[in-house]
Amino acid sequence: MTDNDFLQVRNICKHYGGTPVLKDVSFSARQGEVHAIVGENGAGKSTLMKILSGAVQKDSGEILLDGLPVVLNTPFSAHRLGIRTVYQEFSLIRHLTITENMLLGQLPAHKVQGVVDWDKAHQIANEKLTKLGFTGLNVRSLVSQLSVPHQQMVEIAKSAVTKPRVWILDEPSAVLSQEELKRLFALIRKFKKESVLILYISHRMDEIFEIADRITVLRDGEYMGTVNAKESNDTQIIKMMVGRTLGEIYPKRSKKPADEILAVANLCNKELFENVSFSLARGEILGLFGLVGSGRTQVARSIFGADPVTNGEIKLEGKVIKPKSPQETVQLGIALLTEDRKRDGLVMSCSIRDNASLATMRQVSTWGVLDIQKCDGQVQTMVKDLSIHPSQTSRLVRHLSGGNQQKVILAKWLLAKAKVLILDEPTRGVDVATKVEIYKIISDLAEKGVGILLISSELPEILGMSDRALVMREGRMVGEFKRSQANEEVLLACAAGVVNE
Amino acid sequence: MSKFLRNVSSMFVEMVTRLKDLFGIGDSGGGKRRWTDYVFMAVFLALIFAAASMTDVFFTERNISNLLRQIVTNGLISLGMLVVILTGGIDLSVGPIVAFSAIVVSGMVEKQHLPLPVAIIIALGVGGLAGSFNGFMISRFKLQPFIVTLATLGAIRGLIYVYSETPITPQDPAFRTVFSSPLLGPFTLSILIMLLAFLIIGFFINRTMAGRAIVAIGGNEEAVRLAGINVRMHILLAYIISGLCSAVAGVLLASRLGIAQPSLGTGFELDAIAAVVIGGGILGGGGGSALGTFGGVITLGLIDNLLNLFNVQSYYQQIFKGFIILFAVLARRKET
Repeated sequence: MTDNDFLQVRNICKHYGGTPVLKDVSFSARQGEVHAIVGENGAGKSTLMKILSGAVQKDSGEILLDGLPVVLNTPFSAHRLGIRTVYQEFSLIRHLTITENMLLGQLPAHKVQGVVDWDKAHQIANEKLTKLGFTGLNVRSLVSQLSVPHQQMVEIAKSAVTKPRVWILDEPSAVLSQEELKRLFALIRKFKKESVLILYISHRMDEIFEIADRITVLRDGEYMGTVNAKESNDTQIIKMMVGRTLGEIYPKRSKKPADEILAVANLCNKELFENVSFSLARGEILGLFGLVGSGRTQVARSIFGADPVTNGEIKLEGKVIKPKSPQETVQLGIALLTEDRKRDGLVMSCSIRDNASLATMRQVSTWGVLDIQKCDGQVQTMVKDLSIHPSQTSRLVRHLSGGNQQKVILAKWLLAKAKVLILDEPTRGVDVATKVEIYKIISDLAEKGVGILLISSELPEILGMSDRALVMREGRMVGEFKRSQANEEVLLACAAGVVNE
Repeated sequence: MSKFLRNVSSMFVEMVTRLKDLFGIGDSGGGKRRWTDYVFMAVFLALIFAAASMTDVFFTERNISNLLRQIVTNGLISLGMLVVILTGGIDLSVGPIVAFSAIVVSGMVEKQHLPLPVAIIIALGVGGLAGSFNGFMISRFKLQPFIVTLATLGAIRGLIYVYSETPITPQDPAFRTVFSSPLLGPFTLSILIMLLAFLIIGFFINRTMAGRAIVAIGGNEEAVRLAGINVRMHILLAYIISGLCSAVAGVLLASRLGIAQPSLGTGFELDAIAAVVIGGGILGGGGGSALGTFGGVITLGLIDNLLNLFNVQSYYQQIFKGFIILFAVLARRKET
């Protein structure tokens, strides 16, 4: 650490209640550099970024910007110093237009005082977007009408309306497709040339090595070190993050897929996808890859009966099923782990027990009355098997880390003894160590004969886990690859439509 | 006297913990948050007991049984309201449902000369029907509970006047005595029914599949639907329970007053919502318990009772109650 670096963070400590989140963290970063901050979930990255953006107050320590100590007690004070942040959670106002969101608080006035000049406002917003390289968005459209990746683009654009001095991006790529990520990287490189300091948080190693100049690693709230990206590699970083080398990330399986359990033929949903066909065998892990917006989530939801189907046929164990609701499919033995656990996977205000037993209450009840002991016993076995932490089943899932929350959802479907398990982004926002555990759980299930449809936008995951991989693009199934044929380039090219299989 | 106060407050805390152990009431999913609720209730009640000990009248048997009788109505309505609030909804139509069932039970006895049990069943049926209408509109068409029950609040009041523009006074003496004469010490049948209802609803929320589903729906409806649970049916059920609770309250109230007025029950929804919120209920779903609601009902009852004893005009009671609700919400705000 040199004393003349642009941003200097010195001896930051932070507690939430009695738990230390940051322990004496110091690091520094220069102007015109992309500085990645990495660490497992709960390592303190987000808290550190929130302190830098004024959203959270530090307990002790010092922050220097351009050599001067700064007070960051509100997001507004950070704003004034030119520190702009893109948070993980959207801060957009959904029922307002892109223009209003971007120019919030600084809408141009008409000749008459206090009246907004809308034409001018839209024009300004449009110019700003073009300047940032985010074309193809209609500034008059409401945010609620945009796709999730586009919302994220607006979120990013909003934070960069005026050029920041320090630009903090907290997992910006989680919901971006490849193409939008390219545009974001182009913007980052542009800002870099204009000597903006960019703090970039991400879970994705490939991304970090593509964009970052230096990497700072946090573990359990402690500073582990900063390395030059060029002189490092992902194994070293992961070792610094988890404090040990991980064994085999993707577990080996011994059994071969057996007979067909699920067959989907010409499945259509008017606007979202058409003519989707595939088959899934017992004990098989079938990967489904596609960029955001390719229709993979919609296919999963339709098979599960959560969304309607306009045409086509689904066969489960040879029998045609016409699921109209998840109620039917759950009873048939189909389960869905949704891509956004907060939105539709978990009841955050309820306990581990309530969430894990949600789909199987009938099994532990007589005449509608729950046998609490039996129910709790079942859940406790799951908690132990999946090593869910904390292990008290009465804890609210709200207080669990992302990885443990995901395990609770898996516990729910394990208890339901699903025959077909659809996993939509099972490791999103999950730290590396827990990821490995989840992969183990998934492959154990396959060994037991469960048919698994694994939807993911992480290519290594698809390649590492699947027996076969399907690729979707723009609502169509565009490719099917055996494990031996598949590699990152082929799948990506297929998903992006560069080569048509 | 301070010793006495300490005894009373510790007795209350004791009672609360015992109840929790015995019936599992109040534990709607665990977590530490619940404990602060109890502390909040205990402190609050201790304050009220302090005020109460300044007058001689408060701890007379007559006043206590009066107090208990007065909270029967709000107690029952609040229970229904709790179940609805747990789903993330609200039921504004409870007041007219109370009045409707009161006037129907009185009318059936007085005008149609039906036996009391039959009249009661009809009155409860009317309440259940009104509740199921609310629930159907909300769950089937995904309408906002606030709007639907606001509409039925008006509509049911109109229906009452169609049935009878004038108050109905049943002449049958049994109509009053069955529910309202002391049965067990100072406890009337009405009071026992209310206490039983609290146990039943507490059991329902914590120990039945439907109850757990309802609690979960208030936390995240879509997650519950995707777990293979029939969300619509459970929302419908919640409003039927609310309608039934209000109808029971209506029958008991008609019996206590001996007269059923078409204008009965105006503003009852406020007291019920207040009781649930004071007891830890979260509007929009995600929190609330039968025991907490019971505490809320008692608190509100005590306030009314005390202000009456001190001869405070009812307008001031309204103001005071309004601020109590705000205070309860504020006190709980810091925890989340």
